[in-house]
Amino acid sequence: MSKILMKGNEVIAEAAVKAGCKYFFGYPITPQSELVAYMARRLPEVGGLFLQAESEVAAVNMVYGAAATGKRVMTSSSSPGFSLKQEGISFLVGSELPAFLVNVMRGGPGLGNIMPAQSDYFQITKGGGHGDYFCPVYAPASLQEIVDLTQVAFDTADKYRTPVIMAADGMLGQMMEPVEFFETEAPELPEKTWAATGERGDGGPKVVNSLHLDAGSLYQHNKHLNEKMETMRENEQRFESQFTEDADFVVVAYGTVSRIAMSAVKEARAKGVKVGMIRPITLWPFPQKPFEETRERAKAYIAVEMSAGQMIEDVRLAVNGHAPVEFYGKNGGIVPTSDEILEKILAVAGGDHK
Amino acid sequence: MALLEEIIFAGFGGQGVMSMGQTVAYAGMVEGKQVSWLPSYGPEQRGGTANAMVVVSDAPVGSPLITKPTVAVILNNPSLEKFEPSIKPGGILLINSSLVTDKSERDDIRVVEIDATNIAVELGNARVANMVLLGALLQMTGIVSIDGIMDALKKVLGDSKKHLLDVNRKALEKGFEIAGELI
Amino acid sequence: MSMKPVFERTKGLTEAATHYCPGCTHGMIHRLVGEVLDEMNILEDTIGVASVGCSVLAYEYFNVDMVQAAHGRAPAVATGIKRVEPTKFVFTYQGDGDLASIGIAEAIHAAARGENITVIFANNCIYGMTGGQMAPTSLIGQKTATTPFGRDAKVQGSPIRISEMLATLEGATYIERVSAHDVMHLQKAKKAIRKAFEVQKTGGGFSLIEVLSTCPTGWGIDANEALEWIKSDMIPVYPLGVFKDSTKEMK
Repeated sequence: MSKILMKGNEVIAEAAVKAGCKYFFGYPITPQSELVAYMARRLPEVGGLFLQAESEVAAVNMVYGAAATGKRVMTSSSSPGFSLKQEGISFLVGSELPAFLVNVMRGGPGLGNIMPAQSDYFQITKGGGHGDYFCPVYAPASLQEIVDLTQVAFDTADKYRTPVIMAADGMLGQMMEPVEFFETEAPELPEKTWAATGERGDGGPKVVNSLHLDAGSLYQHNKHLNEKMETMRENEQRFESQFTEDADFVVVAYGTVSRIAMSAVKEARAKGVKVGMIRPITLWPFPQKPFEETRERAKAYIAVEMSAGQMIEDVRLAVNGHAPVEFYGKNGGIVPTSDEILEKILAVAGGDHK
Repeated sequence: MALLEEIIFAGFGGQGVMSMGQTVAYAGMVEGKQVSWLPSYGPEQRGGTANAMVVVSDAPVGSPLITKPTVAVILNNPSLEKFEPSIKPGGILLINSSLVTDKSERDDIRVVEIDATNIAVELGNARVANMVLLGALLQMTGIVSIDGIMDALKKVLGDSKKHLLDVNRKALEKGFEIAGELI
Repeated sequence: MSMKPVFERTKGLTEAATHYCPGCTHGMIHRLVGEVLDEMNILEDTIGVASVGCSVLAYEYFNVDMVQAAHGRAPAVATGIKRVEPTKFVFTYQGDGDLASIGIAEAIHAAARGENITVIFANNCIYGMTGGQMAPTSLIGQKTATTPFGRDAKVQGSPIRISEMLATLEGATYIERVSAHDVMHLQKAKKAIRKAFEVQKTGGGFSLIEVLSTCPTGWGIDANEALEWIKSDMIPVYPLGVFKDSTKEMK
């Protein structure tokens, strides 16, 4: 297939269809509404179903119902709406149901605004709802990467029986870039023998449930969930490192901000500063390896975010005291510029770089 | 030198700034360049000022958000006020002077005023004013070819509006020609 | 000589002993649903949705595939199931706290969309599981843990009549209120439940059967008094009958 020019929100939708998702339950909210509209047009073409729910709460619970039958299913929203989905996400985790959940982040707290932000990092990477859990979180930086990661996300969801989150921001959702859809080979995934589709032909009654009234039983269930999460921590970390082999300083950024930060890194390199870049692609599990590889040598790390400083906590944990971790960020819909990031890099590097 | 143009198209919502930007991005893609298009979005696109940010580059696009454009294509007074100060020194300010009455006061950029709407009327269709401007943009930057833009228009207009292709090409060529005389 | 059994466990229910209090009618309503599913021979084609409240463990009692839903969300969960498994029978089993309070939006919109599901709505005018607090359906003057001086319309508002309210929606196909307070009424209730699943079988759309149910523990009276209370106090506020039946129009 040749390249086509598409909007980020539409790329997420089409990539999901290509990944075999035929069911979408959602509710409109800026800046992800194009995704909802695209699915309304597109899913009937593949014999699927789009349903506009009465609320984000209802939408995520419809996802829960459809997922309980073993179908690939998704919903999408933006920050305030994603908050409303937290109850359902916790239930999806508890009942071990795979689902694909998209958060095209905007400024908060409260109604905030509709401009791009990364201020939901804590919510999406630290559980978000009640109970002990984490969901895999994918943070694409380009529209082409959305295509690739959407497939990965659906497969991961099925493999581990877990909801997975795609974290974009308003900028990624609204922008257009050329993308190419490739045919991918379907990976081998476990059969969904747990799906509640009526008993006919598939053995005794199936129960999809997150309730374990007995403490011992819930403890065992949580232990099982936790073991799954440990396996994901081991196997599902994704990241990209650039210019880190000789780096004295390392910028850490994800999503669209990482592109802006990369421009600043290249400019700083041109001025003779040995600066590298780590881009987490999974925000959970947060990649540890690139930090283990750089932290003996690096003199400092700089976390750059469209938030007041959230990912920086994971950077500090990964650096584990080997070097100071500095921060540069803007929020409320203001996007850090490469000049500002460059200035920060130069300030941290010290000396005279002109 | 490697190509990197960061272009802002700005005007009122409904003036076609979004599609002008998309046309350039599409043409850039077809011609093998790296491109991105980022709209202003939300309430402001409905009636208020609207803008589209387009990056056309030889290298992968860094920030799709443009804070210091190399080119600003301006269709109304508020947009001139908003974006004129941010244009990179040595950059280009391209104005539809049929619509924009205010003047630029900068002397470190190239200011090109095109009477685009009146030229479009003379060509027989006021709606191709943006193509006159685009023609001028191509002349001054060389980012994409007229044929590339025509490819994009064929896709945008579809079969039902195929008859408009001719006047669009004329408008592009006219803008290209006028800008050639000005510089 | 073999003996003919006069009373048997229905195949529609599992062998698990229910956790319901003595005198509670949830168990009987479960049985009615189980019998109907068995008699229609659709146990293997049914997916039930359990809600939150006393019937939270319904997934242990119904002998069909079950999905446990968050508080109030059962109609949304049922929507998700039915929309991707349209040939299966899908029902929810919800109490009045779950359906009439926290889940009223989900109930209204499922009805408005005409979702082809069946809602079994057990109304006992109280939150049983959490310890006898006021429900949206609690009667005026009713004493509960959170209305110790009796429900006062000026302070806590008036009871919500779900059946009457949902009957105003074009999307709702069959809505009937029945009662579990004696054998005759239980038989009527079973007919109503059967009718609701028949509606679903024909693709008829949304059906809801409201069953007036007891909560002797929450009401602070004994089992017999509780059955009497349905008659004397609940039915005057929640009259029995069919509130919506558009199956005839459909034929």
